[in-house]
Amino acid sequence: MLAIWIIRIILIVVLTPIVGGLLAGFDRIISARVQGRKGPPLLQPFYDVLKLIKKENIEVNKTYKFYVYASLFFIILTAVIMLMGGDMLLAIFVLTLGAIFFAFGGYASQSPYSIIGAERELLQMMAYEPMVLITAAGLYMVSKSFFISDMISQAVPAIVYLPAVFVGFVYILTFKLRKSPFDLSLGHHAHQELVQGISTEYSGRELAIIEITHWYESIIALAFVYVFFATSNPISHVFAVLACLVVYFFEILVDNSTVRVKWQLALKSAWIVTGVVSVVNLMIVSFFKF
Amino acid sequence: MNYNTKSPWILHYDGSSCNGCDIEVLACLTPLYDVERFGVINTGNPRHADILLITGGVNDQNIPVVKQIYEQMAEPKVVVAVGICATSGGIFADCYNMVGGVENVLPVDVYVPGCAARPQAIIDGVVKALAVLDEKQNAMKK
Repeated sequence: MLAIWIIRIILIVVLTPIVGGLLAGFDRIISARVQGRKGPPLLQPFYDVLKLIKKENIEVNKTYKFYVYASLFFIILTAVIMLMGGDMLLAIFVLTLGAIFFAFGGYASQSPYSIIGAERELLQMMAYEPMVLITAAGLYMVSKSFFISDMISQAVPAIVYLPAVFVGFVYILTFKLRKSPFDLSLGHHAHQELVQGISTEYSGRELAIIEITHWYESIIALAFVYVFFATSNPISHVFAVLACLVVYFFEILVDNSTVRVKWQLALKSAWIVTGVVSVVNLMIVSFFKF
Repeated sequence: MNYNTKSPWILHYDGSSCNGCDIEVLACLTPLYDVERFGVINTGNPRHADILLITGGVNDQNIPVVKQIYEQMAEPKVVVAVGICATSGGIFADCYNMVGGVENVLPVDVYVPGCAARPQAIIDGVVKALAVLDEKQNAMKK
């Protein structure tokens, strides 16, 4: 029993970034096709990371590198908790801890650009955290358990009871996947005026770690989508994976058809969407069903 | 195997250029040439960049800027001088404030002549720079 658990954990730790990297590769190809280009090869994100690992490591100061590794550790922990079917609330709090360590890294590297990036990262967390917690609360109301293994073994998928909460979650998914219009803290492609936000002072191996952390994060974000669709019926898991892919494709389209907004609009719109959809949906669920 | 050749990230610096070569550098990123096919990303951050593309000659005012950008880049790194102004100073070589080409300030690895340098020539220059980058990576290992 213990051996099976350990094997599962090792598989999650190894396979999650591989799938995340492939998703990032698909993302870049589809983005290029949307813009009328051919785009890079599918394995391009892996080439980037392998290149960065071998590059010189420039030290800005003694502490700022630690935070990236701390962030990666907590994000891996989140991935393990979520994909093992563990407690969703615990996963959300550990995920937040990982994001906070990443913002610390921005502050610790002392560059004006990275400090602006870190402040924007905190603003983003202010914008999306309420909706993440309300998602967990809504899933709890439907399944009467915070454990993901219980949530995905219900007879009826959670999306039936929580369509508005799902819409709200997809809205804040744009923050989590660092996609336009809400890529305020860390732009991926040629965002010159930000000079890459938090990652400004990171080079070489630490930049590769940031990239790998992001692969884990995208899979964690899609795991939330998965929970909305999966039921005790095995076929529903196929639909859940398809739903994840559709949502990811939708986010790519949004990424390519919008420009970055000011932080005021990002924060306000996220809170308005959160407030409206969560209150209405949770009221209806609590009034009619339970 | 070195993956430098598969994902060269470019930092583009406009010296005292007339903007002719700059728009050709940016034209490489457009759908017609699409250098992202080869993994090229135009980054704005010297810490992330592998290749420094400089257009235009170097004058007294931007010598410290060019040097600082070069020093901020992580090894291995290469410099590509794009356009005749960057290679030798071009028609501005005799101006009182010009020091001539980039070679007077930084060790240039690849020269791309032309006024303005055509996108094909710039891509060719970057590909030649990749071979130099590979050599430098191998030298770093030893």
